[in-house]
Order: sequence, then C-alpha cells, then structure tokens
Amino acid sequence: MIRPRVIPCLLLKNEGLVKTVKFKDPKYLGDPINIVRIFNDKEVDELIFLDITATVENRPPNFEILGKITSECFMPLGYGGGIRTLEDVRKLLAIGVEKIVLNTSAVENPSLIRAAADYAGSQAVVISMDVKKTMFGKYEVYTRGGRKATGLDPVKFAVEMEKQGAGELFLNSIDRDGTMQGYDLELVRRVADSVTVPVVACGGAGNIQHLAEAIQAGASAAAAGSMFVFQGPLRGVLISYPAQQELKRAIP
Amino acid sequence: MIVIVDYGVGNLGSIKNMFKKVGFKAEPSSDPAVLRAAEKLILPGVGAFDAGMSKLRERGLIELLNELVLEKKVPVLGHCLGLQLMTRKSEEGQEAGLGWIDAESVRFRFDADRAQLKVPHMGWNVLDIRRPHPLVADLEDEARFYFVHTYHIVCADESDVVAYTDYGYNFASVISKGNIVGAQFHPEKSHKFGMQLLKNFAERVS
Repeated sequence: MIRPRVIPCLLLKNEGLVKTVKFKDPKYLGDPINIVRIFNDKEVDELIFLDITATVENRPPNFEILGKITSECFMPLGYGGGIRTLEDVRKLLAIGVEKIVLNTSAVENPSLIRAAADYAGSQAVVISMDVKKTMFGKYEVYTRGGRKATGLDPVKFAVEMEKQGAGELFLNSIDRDGTMQGYDLELVRRVADSVTVPVVACGGAGNIQHLAEAIQAGASAAAAGSMFVFQGPLRGVLISYPAQQELKRAIP
Repeated sequence: MIVIVDYGVGNLGSIKNMFKKVGFKAEPSSDPAVLRAAEKLILPGVGAFDAGMSKLRERGLIELLNELVLEKKVPVLGHCLGLQLMTRKSEEGQEAGLGWIDAESVRFRFDADRAQLKVPHMGWNVLDIRRPHPLVADLEDEARFYFVHTYHIVCADESDVVAYTDYGYNFASVISKGNIVGAQFHPEKSHKFGMQLLKNFAERVS
C-alpha cells in the first residue's frame, strides 16, 4: 500500500455542513455538494459523512442529499447517521455509499451489524465509537450524537464489535473534537491494540504531524475535520488537503 | 449499452455514476433480455465468494453469462469479488467459480517479517504494468487505485496477468484473457484514474 489513508470527516446538519468543537457549537461551513466537489477535485483518499442530528431528531438518512453527494464523489464514501434498518443500508449502498457507519444502532440494535455485514460484506460496515473521559479518568462510549453515556468501555466494546462483524472501527474522541491539539493517542493505542480490524482515528488533528502520530499509535487511517476545513487562528473556512508528496513524506 | 450485472451484491450506483461522468450509459440489470442486448458487461461484487455464486445461481444468471462471455465473446470487466468469481474456485468458499480464467482465489498469507500487515488490504495502491493492454492505456504515472480485499487471485498462466500490485508480495491486480478483463480494485472509487480505466473499457476493450 502506498501509505495509510487520510480521511476528511464532514458533519451534516440541516442540509448544511458544520464543524463542531467537543461535539458542540456547530459552525456552518457551506453547501455539502460544493464542498464534496472540492474534496473530489483534491483527490482525497476517502470521505466520511456523518449526519449529526438524524438520530436525535429520530429521522432516517437524507437519501436525497446523499444521492446528490454520491453522484459527485468518485472515492470511497462512508455515511453515518440515523441508520436503523437493513432497508436503510440497502438504500445507501444502492445510491453509491461505500461504507455504512453505525453508532447508536451498534449499541441499541447490534443484530443490524451482522445483517449489514452479511448483505454487503464486513468491509462495508464501520462502527463509530464516540468516546469521552469520565470525571474519574475512565474512557466511556457515548451514543446519540455524543449525548448518551452507555457505561461501555471502548476496548471491550471494540472487541465485541469486531466479533459482531464490524470491518472497521471509527474512533472519535469527543474531548479532542475540533480542538486541533492532537489525537488522544492513548485511546488510539488501547483500541488499535485490542482488535485486528483497521481503526480510523478521529478527533483533535490540527496538522499533518498529528496524522502521523495517530498512525504510529496503531491507527490504520487518520481522519480529521477542522484541519481540512479551517485556516488560520480565526478559523476561516477554507477547504484544503495535503498534496500526495507531502502525505507520503509525513506518513510513510 | 453497458450492463452492470445486478445479482444483489455490490455498489452499483457508483459504477453507473462514474460511467455517466465519462459519457457512457451503464445500467444495472438482471433481466436476461437486457443482458442479451448488452454490448459490454460489468461483473461487480463485494462480499463473500459463496454468497456471490449462489446469488448468481438464484437469478439463473450463470448459464446465461457463460453463453454471453464464452460463446458470444461479449467483453466483460469483473472487479473485486467479480474478478474472483471468474476464477475456478476460492479458498473463501466451497462453491465452484465461473472458471472463465485459469486461476484461483487465495487468502493473503504473509511471511513472518510481514506479519504486521493488516488484512483486508484496504487503501490506495499502484499498478506494476507488465504488458500493454487497452484497459490500462494512458494511465498517469502516479495512477493509484482503491483496494478492499482479503483474497486475491493467482493465475496459472502468468501471461493472463496485465499488472501486479505489491501488498506484502506481488499479486495479480489486472488480468485479461481475450474478451475477459478483470481488476482487483474498485475503479468506480478511484478518482480520475478509475475513470480512465472505465473509459478505456468502454472505448477500447473488445
């Protein structure tokens, strides 16, 4: 393989793209289709799209907007948010989504993991884990857009998810989200060491060195939001992605 | 028209989208009349080998595809699992494959010094083209393709191999035998590089 994947992670809210800090204060970035077009032109490795309010608003994925996105998207695309049934999974694959990202459903209805893996293959089933440190310094898995504490330990949960048929784990640190201060490498290390499926690290990346650190900690791929959509200390919206040569140099 | 064989697996929307982008109409179908009228065929696929073969059989497509590909010589591109189904058999399952190419599908096995490599091979990789073929014509030097697979094919006859890719060792990533071509990666997910390849298939592979 030429190098580990580097994946922009984009958040959808009310048909616009936003970026959060610690899962709060969503800042509007722009129209999702325009932004996907820019990432497509920059030939990014992969994109992950998360609808951050579908579950809390108790609604299915917005298939219409996703259909528009996939017709502009010639790279692997993962989607998460509001996926509750195998029918949702089928519809997403049919419109060109490559990877199904489950978070709340993985905890509340784990049989969907096996059903999705049997239908589309494990490689298409990504379990997203939103993790936060408790007051006592222990890691805990959250669902429902980071609103609901599950009491689950991320390492045990990761092992269980692999057993259930997950082909990949998307590990997001709520505490680091949007901070651009670097990944929670201890969390990445613990989870990556406990499973054989690829782990995608997310939450905290601010520069290319951070991406390399996640890979050194055991992640198979590094995802980031802020660093690909903001520029400068005032966080002006500017879509960017490192050049291939730069990525090869930094993340061999 | 190009017909994407729809046997209930795979991400057909993306293939259709990419052909549209390069100016060709491609429609998914499992209707024998539509398949018979196809100028070219795409055999897509993700998931498990046995599931793929049994779904082809449930839809009564195996004999029809054999006739179209082996007798009528309709150009066909198999990719990912679709490529593996064209082999005689796979370590992944018990079912016999289509057997269009003299090859088998085997699991990645690494020597001790490469044991840290994860399976599936998931990510972007390059081609080492060993013989010219219209399918891989005019690719840029930096062309890279998106792979996701646990098994890869081994050709009995090395002259069927167009390109190899290195993941722990070299495996056949593009093959051709007459009207049959195959790619282990997902061209429909491989940016302008995949676009060039699908365009080549539509325009130049016969």
